[in-house]
Amino acid sequence: MKILVIIPAYNEEKSLGGVIADLRTHVPSADIAVVNDGSQDGTEMIARGLGVLVLGLPFNLGIGGAMQTGYRYAEKHGYDVAVQFDGDGQHVATEVMALLEGLKQGTSDIVVGSRFLKPGEYRPSFFRKLGILIFSTVLSAILRMRVTDTTSGFRAANRKVIEFFAGAYPEDYPEVESLVLLHRAGMSIGEVSVVMRDRTGGRSSITPIRSAYYMIKVLLAVFIDLLKK
Amino acid sequence: MDIVKVLAIAGSATLLFLVLELIRRGRLKERYSLLWLFSSLVLLVLSLSRSLLEFFSKLVGIYYPPSLLFLIAFIFLLLITLHFSAVISGLSDKNKRLAQELALLKHDLEQLRARTSPTSGRT
Repeated sequence: MKILVIIPAYNEEKSLGGVIADLRTHVPSADIAVVNDGSQDGTEMIARGLGVLVLGLPFNLGIGGAMQTGYRYAEKHGYDVAVQFDGDGQHVATEVMALLEGLKQGTSDIVVGSRFLKPGEYRPSFFRKLGILIFSTVLSAILRMRVTDTTSGFRAANRKVIEFFAGAYPEDYPEVESLVLLHRAGMSIGEVSVVMRDRTGGRSSITPIRSAYYMIKVLLAVFIDLLKK
Repeated sequence: MDIVKVLAIAGSATLLFLVLELIRRGRLKERYSLLWLFSSLVLLVLSLSRSLLEFFSKLVGIYYPPSLLFLIAFIFLLLITLHFSAVISGLSDKNKRLAQELALLKHDLEQLRARTSPTSGRT
């Protein structure tokens, strides 16, 4: 089984080395692709130095466009499974196995790593918590299943989803929206409990001030998706 | 001839001339100029013919006929900007695809280079 770990990276030179070393130790069977999303720092150099696959975008596309580049690579090169993994050290390499196990059961086309299935150490800010609650309520209703961690970017996808995402992937804040798209395309979604760390470097793309804007935008996008043919 | 009419004719004629000139010089593609051409023509015709302008303003209940010119110009501008938003959306999608394709091709090229000249190593 060919597995590709996709790491979209925008100015992640500080954390990328550790992330890749972790993945190599704990998921040795997987290929690693770093999508350099037009970083201004040494992200691309570090990735090249580590000998992983590097997909260098000529300018910043944002997380959605960068992630899709990885999916398009996975589609083109016949990968069976793609794992989305953050370059900032938030995701834990040992937990990849939990995602892959979830996928292996065959009941889900995509398995999302959830921080909230079991109480863990993750402490989101108040606004983020509120956003997460609203998203999970809205999404659970749309998807007609319980989803606890809609904004999780730690996911494993099978070939069917790889092909789907290679053709269509939402742009700005893609995690929530992509679940709706998958559901509408008739794919099944599953969650497994994972642990996440506080980020080791870089900044979250979601600052507290932007939380409200983020929520409104994502909810709008989700409802527009529901209207689309 | 009242001053409003002179201004309206001069304005819409200038607009029509500018649009035609841009098309003639190839600075404006035909598919983007259709709305501009159409709107400047409509404005010019209505500016020239007072009776036509009065007929249409009465039809929609406008008391001061030259206001109709503003209304029409406003509606056309709305349509034109909406059209541009749609065009930009399409362009940004194509732009994204190009960037992604470039990243994938760059990677393929590096692999190919590394394979064909193993002595020179990776570049």
